[in-house]
Amino acid sequence: MRESAADGPRRPPPDGLRVPPPAGPSRGAAFTFRFDGRQITAYPGETIGAALLAAGIRRLRTTRFAGTPRGLLCGIGSCFDCLVTVDGRGSQRACLTPAIPDAEVEVQDVPRAT
Amino acid sequence: MRETPPPTADAVVIGGGIVGACCADALSAAGLRVAIVERHGLAGGTTAAGEGNILVSDKELGPELELALLSNRLWTELGEELQAAAVAPTAGPADAAAADIELEAKGGLMVAMTDAGHDAITTLAVQQRAAGVVAEPIDAAAAAELEPHLTPGLVGAMHYPQDQQVQPVKASAAVLRRARGRGASLHPHTPVTGITRGRDGRVTGVVTRRGAISTGVVVNAAGVWSRQLAAMAGADLPIAPRRGQILVTEPLPLLVHRKVYDADYVGTVGAADPTAAAISSVIEGTRAGTILIGSSRELVGLDRRSNLPLLARMAARAMELFPVLADVHLLRTYLGFRPYSPDHLPIIGEDGEVAGLFHATGHEGAGIGLAPATGALLASLVTATTPPLDPARFAADRASLHRAAADAEPVDA
Ligand SMILES: Cc1cc2nc3c(=O)[nH]c(=O)nc-3n(C[C@H](O)[C@H](O)[C@H](O)COP(=O)(O)OP(=O)(O)OC[C@H]3O[C@@H](n4cnc5c(N)ncnc54)[C@H](O)[C@@H]3O)c2cc1C
Ligand code: FES
Repeated sequence: MRESAADGPRRPPPDGLRVPPPAGPSRGAAFTFRFDGRQITAYPGETIGAALLAAGIRRLRTTRFAGTPRGLLCGIGSCFDCLVTVDGRGSQRACLTPAIPDAEVEVQDVPRAT
Repeated sequence: MRETPPPTADAVVIGGGIVGACCADALSAAGLRVAIVERHGLAGGTTAAGEGNILVSDKELGPELELALLSNRLWTELGEELQAAAVAPTAGPADAAAADIELEAKGGLMVAMTDAGHDAITTLAVQQRAAGVVAEPIDAAAAAELEPHLTPGLVGAMHYPQDQQVQPVKASAAVLRRARGRGASLHPHTPVTGITRGRDGRVTGVVTRRGAISTGVVVNAAGVWSRQLAAMAGADLPIAPRRGQILVTEPLPLLVHRKVYDADYVGTVGAADPTAAAISSVIEGTRAGTILIGSSRELVGLDRRSNLPLLARMAARAMELFPVLADVHLLRTYLGFRPYSPDHLPIIGEDGEVAGLFHATGHEGAGIGLAPATGALLASLVTATTPPLDPARFAADRASLHRAAADAEPVDA
């Protein structure tokens, strides 16, 4: 949903790349988790993948053999491209794993057995 | 590669799977002008569903084991030849790619979790050794050293260092490339619609959607579809599809080093009631990092809907053998159809009634492993040269095949 011309001049998005909420219930209270050492803002109900995407982070890991970048591809848990390590648990799909306050999310360039 | 089929050939191989590839390769090596016709893309049938086990450990003693031992040697030779070609001074990138068939002599470990299973593999190993199989008994502690993630609850295991693994599609491509180098022509997307016969009943050629080829030798290597191809020539072949499902994990660090089989694996292949759904655990890592967990066996025709309860049983058994798998994700499952022959032996040789029609089919769950020896045997029968082993037990008109077929009433393909 792009801002239309009627909304006036383009402003830097106040809330990352998130779609502005429609009138009605708010997003709830923002919290943060860490990704690769950076503080990332998330809202209740968002997945790690959604929050990272909103923060403009698309590169979640690189492949083992060719070292090429990977991020969200299918966004629905099927492709396993978006794997990250969450609080020490390896190979979690960022697109399905809910963001929780103070989670430690790490880049995982080498496969891990949990 | 989509060349128009030639008007004539010394032999036409129907089916571009691993068996057709190896037959075409061996026939070309014997000097015949061979055309391979494949209805779809090359190596896209059952071959694409195979796990790529090249086993001697699970073969029935007798003709099947003899074929497996020969094939095992031929796979090793093929691997060495491809490696040598890849490093030759004249080698190009295509040679390097062709050598990358993921052939690994990683060995297999048959593990027993019960005394009964352990007794069974111990007895079997005595007979296997007499037939030329290397089978080394190892205790639970030694097994744990070979496979650190195996369950500690083992009674014992048998190590089969000759068992190998290959990537079936890459291997087919390499064999087809070699055949082509020897003069064979490849015709993917060329379905065969008829097999013609002369007044004397001999085969005279094949009709395809892209033209007819006249030939005196037709090799039916159409896997689960070989029954339909035989019927085009008026012959009957009791081949039925035996469905198999596989679980594929996410890529993992190396957790499973060898092929690991349940001691009851051997039992299921020739199970007393072939119509009953069965599982036999084979667990192995691949170079991509995924672990393949196989497999199930069902005679349910060409039904592509997966059987979830069977998949769950396979997963549960795999977790018993490798508790570490309990926390691992599955990427996907897939299934394929093994060309099942009612007496559990492949059919390699000339049809009993139709002269010039040769069959190379019915390898069920072992067609990848057995393909090179099948090609060698088939080529010797076509060219009437000394066969590498006794062909009688694989003959298309053997009594056991048709008797067993009448008893089992195979599911129609
Ligand atoms: C789940 C599973 C796991 C397996 N694991 C192993 C394993 O670990 N080791 C092993 O050795 N084996 C294994 N197998 C068995 C193995 O895959 C088969 O035995 C083998 O692939 C058979 O090869 P094929 O060339 O005879 O058949 P296919 O590969 O099916 O080739 C036959 C070809 O004929 C073509 N064809 C059909 N009709 C026509 C027509 N009218 N005109 C032209 N072409 C036609 C088809 O398109 C097909 O490509 C497994 C099988 C399954 C299902
Ligand atoms: S983006 Fe495909 S599984 Fe997460």
